[in-house]
Amino acid sequence: MTTKIIISGSESPLLRRGLGEAISIQHISKSYKEVQAVRDISLEVQKGELFGLIGPDGAGKTTLMRILMTLLIQDKGEATMGGFDVVKDYKKIRNMVGYMPGRFSLYQDLTVEENLNFFATVFKTTVAENYELIRDIYVQIEPFKNRLAGKLSGGMKQKLALSCALIHKPEILILDEPTTGVDAVSRKEFWEMLKKLQQKGITILVSTPYMDEATLCNRVALMQKGKVLDIDTPRNLVDGYTRKLYAIRSNQMHHLIQDLRSYEKTDSAYAFGQYLHVTGKDDEVEATEFENFLMKKDHENLEVFDIQPTIEDVFMELLHEG
Amino acid sequence: MKTIFYVIQKEFIQVKRNKVMLRMIVMIPLLQMLVLVFAATYDLKNVDIFLVDKDLSSTSRELAGKLEASPFFTINNTSFDPEDGEKELLRNADEMVLVIPRGFERDLIRDDKASLQLLVNAIDGQAAQLGYSYAASVIRDFNKNIIAEWKGLPEFNAPFQINTVSRFWYNSELEYKWYMAPGVLAILVTLIGLFLSGMSLVKEKEQGTIEQLNVTPIKKIQFLTGKLIPFVVIALFDLSFGLLIAKVVFNLPIVGSLWLVFGFGILYLLGILGLGLLISTVADTQQQVMFVTYFFMMIFILMGGIFTPVDSMPHWAQLVNEANPVFHFMKVMRMVVLKGSNFGDLIHEFVALCILGFTFLSLAVWRYRKTA
Repeated sequence: MTTKIIISGSESPLLRRGLGEAISIQHISKSYKEVQAVRDISLEVQKGELFGLIGPDGAGKTTLMRILMTLLIQDKGEATMGGFDVVKDYKKIRNMVGYMPGRFSLYQDLTVEENLNFFATVFKTTVAENYELIRDIYVQIEPFKNRLAGKLSGGMKQKLALSCALIHKPEILILDEPTTGVDAVSRKEFWEMLKKLQQKGITILVSTPYMDEATLCNRVALMQKGKVLDIDTPRNLVDGYTRKLYAIRSNQMHHLIQDLRSYEKTDSAYAFGQYLHVTGKDDEVEATEFENFLMKKDHENLEVFDIQPTIEDVFMELLHEG
Repeated sequence: MKTIFYVIQKEFIQVKRNKVMLRMIVMIPLLQMLVLVFAATYDLKNVDIFLVDKDLSSTSRELAGKLEASPFFTINNTSFDPEDGEKELLRNADEMVLVIPRGFERDLIRDDKASLQLLVNAIDGQAAQLGYSYAASVIRDFNKNIIAEWKGLPEFNAPFQINTVSRFWYNSELEYKWYMAPGVLAILVTLIGLFLSGMSLVKEKEQGTIEQLNVTPIKKIQFLTGKLIPFVVIALFDLSFGLLIAKVVFNLPIVGSLWLVFGFGILYLLGILGLGLLISTVADTQQQVMFVTYFFMMIFILMGGIFTPVDSMPHWAQLVNEANPVFHFMKVMRMVVLKGSNFGDLIHEFVALCILGFTFLSLAVWRYRKTA
């Protein structure tokens, strides 16, 4: 469903605006007591880029973002935002970066309007001054401007939080899992808003555990257990996947995955929605071989066919290798 | 400046929207002043006496009559067996047992001396002491009179007596409520200040709003000032409200300057709010704040001398009290309100409160920086 956006996303702004780095991360490490949350991560986000940190919970996405937001100090390494060091120049960074934490962090007992005014004042500006930037988003919640923020729906809260993060016209926007816990329609709307903001020249770093959202970014970093597994455009990542991939289903899915994993010619088998995505050892296993094996195991309504890989397949493959 | 103003405005809106908080701000002074001041009284009233009169003479009856005539004592029960009295003491039904032994009058006439036994329930040491001394003075009085009577001297012209005339200054009728009211006011200000400030910062932590604020260019000092000012205002409002109740309900004489009361109130609040902030920078949840605040409140208040005179505490406790802001403020309140002390009399308290306030506030600011 998102193929069209992949193309428009991966070609242009990066090349067009390639005016240098907005965010630069060099060998950053951070531990909490015994847990090493981030291990020697290096990556660069270009100006005007929409960059995604993709990975499951515990991948280190939030920690990395908090270091960039000057809320945490790294153990090792260096990072700059808009050319400013996150440790030394933290005051400058706070003036030019907008942040939306993973958890809704506005005042629940203030109204929509009061929250917006409050954060505008704290940034020494006014809502009127930067209304242009937030107009598209704010008009959607304006009818509820006298409602307490705590009484808004999930999607509304998220729009309010985004408005507050944009109120001081930041150059860089950092969004920590903005779409977690939000319904599918609101998620789609949210990404459209991000695209519009990107067109206004804002560099966006966004994290998400949803693989399908990765395709909406210009480039993504696939993260797992505090490490970056790969960084590239979603298109290149998918293109780089050269394995032969099968989608398989039967009417006994639970047994199917167990049977496939016990089969000596199976390399990997993962559940992807209604199907299992399966690779064979050395990519030399034919579809008919799987079929014959599974027929013997009494699977009915069996379907086996070739399938194009997605980002998630790439991610699983990277995990499997590691 | 504008930022601070907005933080203040935000705090007030939040208090206004918090119905529980609003009710507390109004109800706490009312309840504390009306209930605590009345209840925490040491005025001696109604001590129940168990009388064991084994003598049954006119002298023993006269003594019993004297006690009964006093407004403080009621003879509740009588028996001929002191053990019955002891049982009543155990049951807490009577506070005192007076045993008049057989031959009391005879001994008194023949030997010029006789003994009485007074058993006092001393579970509550203070009340026992007080009851005992009242009873003893009634007996002493009785004693003095019979000597005079028997020697045929007129009652009011007894020889060889030193007559002590005592006058109680600053609270001549020993009105206990007047003594309690300024103390309870001090507790009131402490309670409101400590809880409000302790809760508010930790609430920002719990709701995650601190995370959003920390990435803004707001300065800690702006934020903390904006946060503290509303609580100073609210606590001072409660102080005025409490004073008004004391004036209207107890007719509390406010001898000293109200400026001094409020001036010290502000100084004191800075320290208390600093402590509240300090607690909430260390704690992660409102529950933790409650526990820690409660702990400090207990120690401060019980050590501070609301119920027991600090002068009779052991020396080390008096030294510890120098670090107890409640102790100093309670003293200031009593001295200014009851005695009309001026600033010159309160230099010691002023310096102590300044040091404590500065310490708590700077610790809070320092801790807040580290957690951010």
